[in-house]
Amino acid sequence: MKNMSFGQKVLTFIRDNTVPIMFVVICAICIPLSGFSFSYLLNEIITRMGRNIFLILALLIPIMSGMGLNFGMTLGAMAGEIALIFVSDWQIWGIPGVVLAMILSIPISVLLGAFCGKILNMAKGREMITSYIISFFMNGIYQLIVLYMMGSIIPIKHFSVKLPRGYGIRNTVSLLNMRQCLDNLLAIRIKGVKIPVLTFLIIALLCVFIIWFRRTKLGQDMRAVGQDLNVARDAGINVERTRIISIIISTVLAGFGMVIYLQNMGNIATYSSHSQIGMFCIAALLVGGASVDRASIGNVFLGVILFHTMFIVAPKAGAQITGDSMIGEYFRVFVSYGVITLSLIMYETKKRKNKSLVGQQLAMDQLSEEAK
Amino acid sequence: MRNIKKDFFGNQVLTDINLTLQEGEVLGLCGENGAGKSTLMKILFGMNVIRETGGYEGDILLNGQKVSFNSPFDALAAGIGMVHQEFSLIPGFSASENIVLNREPKKRNVVSEIFGERLDTLDYNEITGRAEKAIDKMGFTVDKDMVISEMPVGHKQFTEIARELSKDQLKLLILDEPTAVLTEKEAEALLASIRSMSENGIAVIFITHRLHEILSVCDKVVVMRDGFVVKDIAARETSVNEISKWMVGRNVDTAAGADVRDHTEAKTIMSIRRLWVDMPGETVRDVSLDVKEGEILGIGGLAGQGKLGIPNGIMGLYEAGGTVELDGKTIPLNNPRKCLDASLAFVSEDRRGVGLLLDETLEWNVAFPAMQVQNKFLKSYLGGLIKWRDEKAIREVTERYIDELAIKCTGSKQKAKELSGGNQQKICLAKAFALEPKFLFVSEPTRGIDVGAKALVLEALRRFNRESGVTVVMISSELEELRQICDRIAIVSGGKIAGILPATDPSEDFGMLMVSMVK
Repeated sequence: MKNMSFGQKVLTFIRDNTVPIMFVVICAICIPLSGFSFSYLLNEIITRMGRNIFLILALLIPIMSGMGLNFGMTLGAMAGEIALIFVSDWQIWGIPGVVLAMILSIPISVLLGAFCGKILNMAKGREMITSYIISFFMNGIYQLIVLYMMGSIIPIKHFSVKLPRGYGIRNTVSLLNMRQCLDNLLAIRIKGVKIPVLTFLIIALLCVFIIWFRRTKLGQDMRAVGQDLNVARDAGINVERTRIISIIISTVLAGFGMVIYLQNMGNIATYSSHSQIGMFCIAALLVGGASVDRASIGNVFLGVILFHTMFIVAPKAGAQITGDSMIGEYFRVFVSYGVITLSLIMYETKKRKNKSLVGQQLAMDQLSEEAK
Repeated sequence: MRNIKKDFFGNQVLTDINLTLQEGEVLGLCGENGAGKSTLMKILFGMNVIRETGGYEGDILLNGQKVSFNSPFDALAAGIGMVHQEFSLIPGFSASENIVLNREPKKRNVVSEIFGERLDTLDYNEITGRAEKAIDKMGFTVDKDMVISEMPVGHKQFTEIARELSKDQLKLLILDEPTAVLTEKEAEALLASIRSMSENGIAVIFITHRLHEILSVCDKVVVMRDGFVVKDIAARETSVNEISKWMVGRNVDTAAGADVRDHTEAKTIMSIRRLWVDMPGETVRDVSLDVKEGEILGIGGLAGQGKLGIPNGIMGLYEAGGTVELDGKTIPLNNPRKCLDASLAFVSEDRRGVGLLLDETLEWNVAFPAMQVQNKFLKSYLGGLIKWRDEKAIREVTERYIDELAIKCTGSKQKAKELSGGNQQKICLAKAFALEPKFLFVSEPTRGIDVGAKALVLEALRRFNRESGVTVVMISSELEELRQICDRIAIVSGGKIAGILPATDPSEDFGMLMVSMVK
C-alpha cells in the first residue's frame, strides 16, 4: 500500500469511494441546473441534517455487530409514532411533549427490538432481508393497533387525533404545537441560514455516545461478534445476547430519531411515515460511503449531505430539463433503490476480488520461486 | 491420562491410552492422520463434540485429582490452554485486543454502575500492558498494535500462543501443529519459546508432523497409531527414522496389493504442469505430475498438505492455475463443466455437500450428472426440442449399480439422505460410473465408513479400473488402503509432490516422504 504510485493511489481511492464520488458528480451537475440560491440550499440541507442524522446514526450499532443494514429500524420508527400519538392525544406540547414521547417510545422499542433480535438470531447471515420482511409484518400489526384498537380498546380521547367514526387514528396527526420546538430552541441565524443548535447538540451527544460505546466492554464484544461469530463464541462471549442488545439499542435510538424527525416535519402521516424511513436512511448511509460491514459517523454526515442535496435539487433540475417535475420525483426514488443495489453488488464483488487475490498471490510465489 | 477409551458410534478410535506429563515437561505427540491424536486432545480439552458423541471412558488426573471437563471453559479454568490449527482470532482486532479477548481489563464508570458491568469502559493501557507481558513471556516479538488481518500467518500463530500465555493459571499448553504455517525461522523461534515455557513450569503437548522438531525440543515422544499408543520413549533415545517407522509401520506383509501392474510403458493420459490451487487448508504449490493410461494412481500425504487440493483444483471447484492436459488436449481450469465434458469424473470427499442430492431418490442421484452432462437417459421428441427423462432406463441403471455395489437400501426410490455413510459413498461411485468417464478422481472414498464397506468400495474401484480400463486417481489419507489397490503412489508434502513410488515399496519410505517437505 505504501509504495504505490500517485496514480495508483488515486485509482484505489476512486474504487473505494465510487458511490460518494458518483453523488458528488450528480449534485455538481444538478445544482446549477436547478437554479436554487446557495443560501436556500444550505438552509434546506441543514434542516434535513437535523431531521435525519439521528435516525441514521441508529444504524451504526447493528453494522458494528455484524448484522448488516438493519431495516428493523422501521420498528423503532413505529414506536416513536405511537408515542407521539399518545402525547398529542394528551395534548402535551412543546419540549415536554417531545421528551415524554421519547420516554414513552423506549418500552415499545425495547419490546420490538428484542423480538426482532430474537428472529434475526435464527437467520444469521440473512439479517438484511429478514429485518426487511419483519418490518412489513410489524407494519400490519401497527395498523391493527392504530386503526382498530386505538380508541376502542386503548383510550384515545381527543377529536383531532381520532377518526370521526369513534375509533382509529386520523390519516395525519398534526403536531403543529410542537413543530420544530427542538429546532427553534437556541436556534441561531447566520445570514438567513437557520441553525438548530439544540438538535445538533443532541446529535453531537449521540456521536459521543457511539464513540464512547465502542470503547466499552459491550462495544468491544459487539465488534468481536461482528467480525467473527465463532471465534467470539469460543472466547466465551454470549453471541446471541450481544446481538439482541445491539438491535435493541438501534431500535430505541431509531425511536428517538423518529420523534426528532416528526417534530421537525410538524405532522405524522400515521400510516406511511415509517414505511420508507428505513430505506431512505440506509440509502443515505450508503451514499456516504458505508458498506454492509463498515460504517462510520463520517459516512453518516457525508451521506446525509449528498443524498439530501440530490433530493432537493433533482426534482427542480428534472423539471428544468424535461419540463416535467414528475421526472425528478421518479429520479430520486429510483436513485435510492439503485444506490442500495449498487452498494450490495460492490460489496460482493469486493469480497470475490479479495478471494481471487489469494490465488494470484500463489501464482506469483510460484513464479518468484522459479526465478531463484 | 489413564485408560482413555473413545468410540464414535461403535467405531473404536482410542484404546487404552495412558499418558503422564510432569510439570514443565514437553511431550511430542505424533502419528498419522486418524491415529487419534486430535480426538485425544479434544477429550483433554473438554470439547463439546466428545460429550455429544457419548463421552469417553477412563480418567483424566490433574495434580492427582480426577477431573472431568464439560466444556473448554472448564479446561481453561483448570489451567489447560490449547492452540488450534485453525486460527481463532478476530481479524479486525489488533494483536493485543486479541490476546485479551473477552478477558479485557475494565474500568468502572457512571453508566456501568447503573446498567451493569458490560458497559465498563476498556482500560487500553492495561490491555497493552498485559499483551506486552504475554509477548515477552513467549520470547518472540509480535507487533502488538498490528491488526490481525494484515499479519503474516506466522505472527497470527504467535498471537494465539501469546493469548494462551496471558492466562495466569496456565499449566498445560496443547499446541496442535503450530509450526505447520511457520517459516523455518519462525519455527525455530517457536521451539525456543517452547523451551522457555517449560523452564517456567508450563507443560507442553506438542503435536507436529515435523519430527526433527520433536527431537530438538521434546523431553518425551509418544507415537500413536490406529488409536493405540505404540511407543512412549524419551526423545534423546530415538531418531526421526525410528519414529516415522512407528508412525506408519504395520506388518509389512499385510500391505501392498496382490495385483500391482506396471504402466510405465503406457501413454500418458493426463499431464499436470505447474498446478497451483487455492483451496483453504489444502493449498497446492507447483505440482507437476503425469498419469499413465489405465493405472490406479494413489495420492497420499498428511492432512493439510494439499493432496485434496489437486483434484478439487483440476475439477474447477477451487481457484487454480497452471496447465492440465488430458489426452493431449488442454483442460480449462476453473470451469467444472468443461472438465465433465472432457470425460473426467470426480467423487468428492465432501459426500454430503458436493456429492449427493440428499433429498432426492437414488435414481436421481445416480442419473443426474449423466443426464446433465451427456444427455443420457433422455428421450427426445420433436427432433430434440423436447426432452423427457427416460424413467425406465434410469431405474434399470440404478438397480444395476445397487446390485453390483451391494448397496443396502429399500429400493431405487429411497432418498439418498436415508442411507448410511458407506452406502452413500457407493451411490457417489455409481454416479461417477454412470458417467462412463475416461478418467476418474476419487477423493477420500473411505472416509468415515466402516471396515466392511471400505473393502467393498475399494474392490468396486479396482474392478472399474481393471474391467473398463478407466484411469483412476485415488486420494486418501490412509496409506495402507492406497497400497492395497494402487499401482503407484505419489506423496504430497508441503503442497508439492515429494515423490512417486511403486505401491510395493515399504511403508517406511512413504512415511519419510510424507514428512519430508512439511511446511
